[in-house]
Amino acid sequence: MAADPTNARPPLLSVANLRVSIASDEGLAQVLDGVSLDVAEGRIVGVVGESGCGKSTLVRAVLGILPRGARTESGSIHFAGEDLLTLDERAMTRRIRGRAIGFIPQDPYLALNPVFRVGTQLLEIMRWHGDGSEDGAGPFNRARRARHRLWLIQILKAVQLPDPEQALDRYPHQFSGGQRQRLLIAGALACRPRLVIADEPTTALDVTTQLEILKLLKRLVAEFGVSMLFVTHDVGVVAQLCDEVAVMYAGQSVEWGGTGELLARPRHPYTVSLLACHPDRADGLVGIAGQVPSALAPPTGCRFHPRCGKAMAACAGTKPETTPSGDRHTVACMLYGVPDA
Amino acid sequence: MPEAGPLLEIEGIVTLLGGERRFLRAPRPPVRAVDGVSLSLREGEILGLVGESGCGKTTLGRTILGIQRETAGEIRLAGELVSGLDPALARQRRRDIQYVHQDPGAALDSWWSIGRSLAEGLIVHGIRDGAERHRRVDQVLAAVGLDATFKPRYPHELSGGQLRRVGLARILVLSPRLVILDEPTSGLDLSVQATVLLLIRELRRRLGLTFLFISHDLSVVRLMCDRVAIMYLGRVVESAETKAIFERPRHPYTRALLAAAPRLEPGQIVDESLILGDPPSAAAIPSGCAFRTRCPHAEDACATALPPSEAVSESHHVACRRWRELAPLIGR
Ligand SMILES: Nc1ncnc2c1ncn2[C@@H]1O[C@H](COP(=O)(O)OP(=O)(O)OP(=O)(O)O)[C@@H](O)[C@H]1O
Ligand SMILES: Nc1ncnc2c1ncn2[C@@H]1O[C@H](COP(=O)(O)OP(=O)(O)OP(=O)(O)O)[C@@H](O)[C@H]1O
Ligand SMILES: [Mg+2]
Ligand SMILES: [Mg+2]
Repeated sequence: MAADPTNARPPLLSVANLRVSIASDEGLAQVLDGVSLDVAEGRIVGVVGESGCGKSTLVRAVLGILPRGARTESGSIHFAGEDLLTLDERAMTRRIRGRAIGFIPQDPYLALNPVFRVGTQLLEIMRWHGDGSEDGAGPFNRARRARHRLWLIQILKAVQLPDPEQALDRYPHQFSGGQRQRLLIAGALACRPRLVIADEPTTALDVTTQLEILKLLKRLVAEFGVSMLFVTHDVGVVAQLCDEVAVMYAGQSVEWGGTGELLARPRHPYTVSLLACHPDRADGLVGIAGQVPSALAPPTGCRFHPRCGKAMAACAGTKPETTPSGDRHTVACMLYGVPDA
Repeated sequence: MPEAGPLLEIEGIVTLLGGERRFLRAPRPPVRAVDGVSLSLREGEILGLVGESGCGKTTLGRTILGIQRETAGEIRLAGELVSGLDPALARQRRRDIQYVHQDPGAALDSWWSIGRSLAEGLIVHGIRDGAERHRRVDQVLAAVGLDATFKPRYPHELSGGQLRRVGLARILVLSPRLVILDEPTSGLDLSVQATVLLLIRELRRRLGLTFLFISHDLSVVRLMCDRVAIMYLGRVVESAETKAIFERPRHPYTRALLAAAPRLEPGQIVDESLILGDPPSAAAIPSGCAFRTRCPHAEDACATALPPSEAVSESHHVACRRWRELAPLIGR
């Protein structure tokens, strides 16, 4: 969808029309219903949407860790030239998850095991995946471990953790929330991934700490030459960090564009309403009438239509096509008709 | 609004938490969670209380409410001294103050219907007449934008925004004059947050309520509050009218906070460090100005004495020894 015709190189990650359903006691939830986005080499792409819109499910689909009962109904996830949906679990654990794709989880308090030293935990990841300088993971030996340790210390310096050498011998509770988040970022980078996925990595932090982490991520993306998919509900964070933004509503991709353009000239009525709710923009402070629909019984067609001030009869019928709207900008809304080819 | 004395006045409030004697070991010293805070609220005003996690916002709120006893200082409600009392008596004398919990679900009994939770508050407040209780409950539900069909429902059946509304309804049945809102929008989506903020404004307009608005979200505070107090490690370091805080901050910490709050216009991430390192623990507050260990402008003298609160203008106070010389650097 968001492919740039002027750029011949295929994007590093390309999710196209992904549909995922999850079966539970309450029924079949259509959690993702046509999600598409691209992450080009060296870019930071934000995914924004309100609680329950399927951001974490998208991340889990890319990492191949969907919950029980989940089924990928259609669509594709291309990463570095291969379709991840066709890889088996062994290939995903060996080559992709934690290796070619690093992951920074949301909660720095839960993600580290409290009973092991930080160094032990980080070195264990590298024992499994290597440090990116060798092919895959070789057998364990002293020289290899020493090399890993040196590389780790270098990364801990890069994430600006004080006293990196001593830090490896400390336990998670001996670090502050911001420092723990730095450790997890180091963990995600340790195996020299090509893509880093971060799911709300700063939500649990104070704004002052958050800004330091955002600065760090921005710098590391350039320094390590990685791309990043950054999931958040905070439009302000997207504004500061991301090159491009994908907006999701109730499991559907509604809009995609460069951050500056999308914030200044949102196209989709949902994006328009969402931005109008931001206190920085709120001359009216209006909110959006109604509630986010349940994934168990989503509205037909465009899932935003029952809450949309511009809805037409056709909106309830079919899901609107994703159409270009200006340079490197797409929108899925009936108001923006398919331009004559 | 008639010019009267402030509705609430607090003076030099200190609240110590924890601290215990331990067998055969040095006693654990208490945490100075609130360390000499003075504030006042005029009737009908919304005062924002802002600061990083652990700086003592909730403790100050609980102390004002009277469920946490102040260690020192005075609290006056409508001119009347209501501090230095036992907790039970303090709550009775401060009936006009109510508190909306940071986590709205935690404040409601999950086995009770919304209607019963609301009626219970009235029983506690001595309203014996059942019909009168019904009438009041319907009235407050309507005031927070929920209809009577919510009465038989249970907390787990409600969304985050609806729970906040019930949290507000729960204290409105008690006809408070001053409401302490502890992080009223944390964890809410933008669209839901907007409706909750609108409701708070509406309640102030219709009922003339006064609010202490505790939040760490500066964008929300800027939109909602008439005045703002900035807290750092138990102390108020700056207070002023909202416009002055945002346009002409004087304290280096205020400036760092403002610079860190994510804004909708891109281009905020610059490599200028306005704040250094991590916040110290409340159990080991630095001597002198508590912010000096993270302040890029600190000098030796900042470590020796507590900076006095100085008046920048009649309504603007700052506790920084260097505010005058830093003003051209900091005031943007
Ligand atoms: N294991 C599951 N079984 C059934 N439904 C699920 C399951 N996991 C998620 N869902 C549903 O899928 C939808 C999307 O959930 P997801 O966690 O992806 O949202 P999100 O955008 O990450 O939300 P948040 O911002 O709250 O983290 C929600 O409606 C959720 O209730
Ligand atoms: N019972 C207690 N015993 C000892 N220390 C405590 C106790 N309760 C809180 N504290 C400490 O007192 C300080 C102030 O806590 P408080 O909950 O008032 O902060 P806050 O500003 O509301 O933070 P947040 O934004 O995270 O809600 C913190 O450092 C906290 O660790
Ligand atoms: Mg999520
Ligand atoms: Mg608190």
